[in-house]
Amino acid sequence: MGKETFYEVMKRQGVTRRSFLKFCSLTAASLGLAPSFAAKIAGAMETKPRTPVVWLHGLECTCCSESFIRSAHPLAKDVVLSMLSLDYDDTLMAAAGHQAEEIITNIRQKYKGNFILAVEGNPPLNEDGMYCIHGGRPFVEVLRETAADAKAIISWGSCASWGCVQAAKPNPTRATPVHKVITDKPIIKVPGCPPIAEVMTAVVTYMLTFDRIPELDRQGRPKMFYGQRIHDKCYRRPHFDAGQFVEQWDDEFARRGYCLYKMGCKGPTTYNACSTVRWNGGVSFPIQSGHGCIGCSEDGFWDKGGFYDRVTGIQQFGIESNADKVGIAAATVVTAGVVAHAAASALKRARDTSGERDKTDQSNSTGGN
Amino acid sequence: MSVETTRDETKAGDSPSAISKVSSSGGEPAWDETEETAAGVTLYVYEWAVRAWHWMNALCLIVLAVTGYFISNPLPTMPGEASESFAMGYIRFTHFATAYIFAVIFLGRIYWALMGNKYARQLFWLPILDRAWWRGLVRELRWYAFLDKHPVKYIEHNPLAHLSMFLAITLGGVFMIVTGFAMYGEGAQDGSWAHTMFSSWVIPLFGQSQNVHTGHHMVAWFVVCFMIVHVYVSIREEIMLQQTNISAMITGTRTFRK
Repeated sequence: MGKETFYEVMKRQGVTRRSFLKFCSLTAASLGLAPSFAAKIAGAMETKPRTPVVWLHGLECTCCSESFIRSAHPLAKDVVLSMLSLDYDDTLMAAAGHQAEEIITNIRQKYKGNFILAVEGNPPLNEDGMYCIHGGRPFVEVLRETAADAKAIISWGSCASWGCVQAAKPNPTRATPVHKVITDKPIIKVPGCPPIAEVMTAVVTYMLTFDRIPELDRQGRPKMFYGQRIHDKCYRRPHFDAGQFVEQWDDEFARRGYCLYKMGCKGPTTYNACSTVRWNGGVSFPIQSGHGCIGCSEDGFWDKGGFYDRVTGIQQFGIESNADKVGIAAATVVTAGVVAHAAASALKRARDTSGERDKTDQSNSTGGN
Repeated sequence: MSVETTRDETKAGDSPSAISKVSSSGGEPAWDETEETAAGVTLYVYEWAVRAWHWMNALCLIVLAVTGYFISNPLPTMPGEASESFAMGYIRFTHFATAYIFAVIFLGRIYWALMGNKYARQLFWLPILDRAWWRGLVRELRWYAFLDKHPVKYIEHNPLAHLSMFLAITLGGVFMIVTGFAMYGEGAQDGSWAHTMFSSWVIPLFGQSQNVHTGHHMVAWFVVCFMIVHVYVSIREEIMLQQTNISAMITGTRTFRK
């Protein structure tokens, strides 16, 4: 089993040559590569022994897995799974208990320093990690142990990448993103709640095919999918530039599909591929369905107040505050202060002037030197 | 407050030029003044570049504040087809073009701080190690709180004006330029100069783009508050201190009338 190539595995799974090549060209296209790369991908898949992927689940909701198994355009789900040689994923695999846990140990020994660790969810650190138990042990221990032998780590979703809702203030379990626990391994963040299925499969395919990590931005996200904002490629962008906005959820402008900026759409501040790759096999994405982007792939999106506010909340000034409200209040107070100060100054000046006049009168009357 | 106290205060350490010597002219002086700030003296303070920068900067700030507000809180929806109007586009263009001017004249102002007279350097230099400056700051606070009967006269900005100007215009300006170009670079995208120089490190520093927007808003409002106070205080001290302030920023000369 160890020396099987990707293609052999796929063939064993009943994937035709035609489907295999189709997958290779689609993957090349989704990675933004030239058509010639389709052959390279095919070549790599035919000759390289597959790299196993261990998929661990921490504190999460499994939406990443749900998204992943719906990947439509690399191929049908079973092919994707075999292609990825997902050797361990407690949610998806048939094995359970000690039998399942043995797989991790086996892979760690057999492929030491040569397997990819995919982490869905994050480890909670409070109470020695007891808020998330994996096979009778705190998840954080399993994560550290497995990561020590991995080649690279993929942080699936906003949980593993940023912390997400379980890390929302006050974060009682101290749910902590993976990169703050594992600091000595290359980490690829694939944020989103969940990430787009095609993005997930493409990132893994890229790493297995080219045997390297895709180009990352400073925050560790693959540039090819997180290099642009939703806003940059949004099909409603012309309405934004024209100044045509949905003012209320049930108004005429909502029916006409105007820009959702005023409804708190976070497209202008969210880096993701939703507006190009879209969801469910390219059927739609939130904005196309008439709802603004909530910025689910951005750090801290869960703690920024309402999803329906353009200028987002600032907790320090009360839950209903935002920068503009605070600013208008401050400017009003300052203006009021200025008016009051001006009145007081005028009063003081009037008093001083009359006082000086009195003094001058006095000195004149007493007859100076 | 008596003149004696002031004299004691100003003797220690290097005191600002304005209060280095207390007038010894007869009678009871109403002001703490030097020969330079005595009544009737006219001094050339603000050079042409500083004056030109001041008014251009003021205009930029007003345009930036108004367009900035309408970017985050857009006007009511435009009628007709999307192809018929470009309202948001024009507002954003105005904001960006003005921001470029703001940034360029800010750099020009830094250049003039190096080339101009000593008053041109005040904007970029806070003498936090100078104890006399701190005492001057306290005196200004007392003056504005109506605790002191007489103000101290300065040729340049008084310590309180100096501090607020440094916070709002110098630090605030740098913050707005850095965060502003970082957001501009997001639209200009990877590979643009603004993205390379600003977005690439500012966005990660703030955690994410939305935080940069919030910070940009907060500081914008701080600068607006500064402008309100600045205009008020300029007019007030023109009257209360009997010195030219507003015309000084036009002609460049400061005259002490009293």
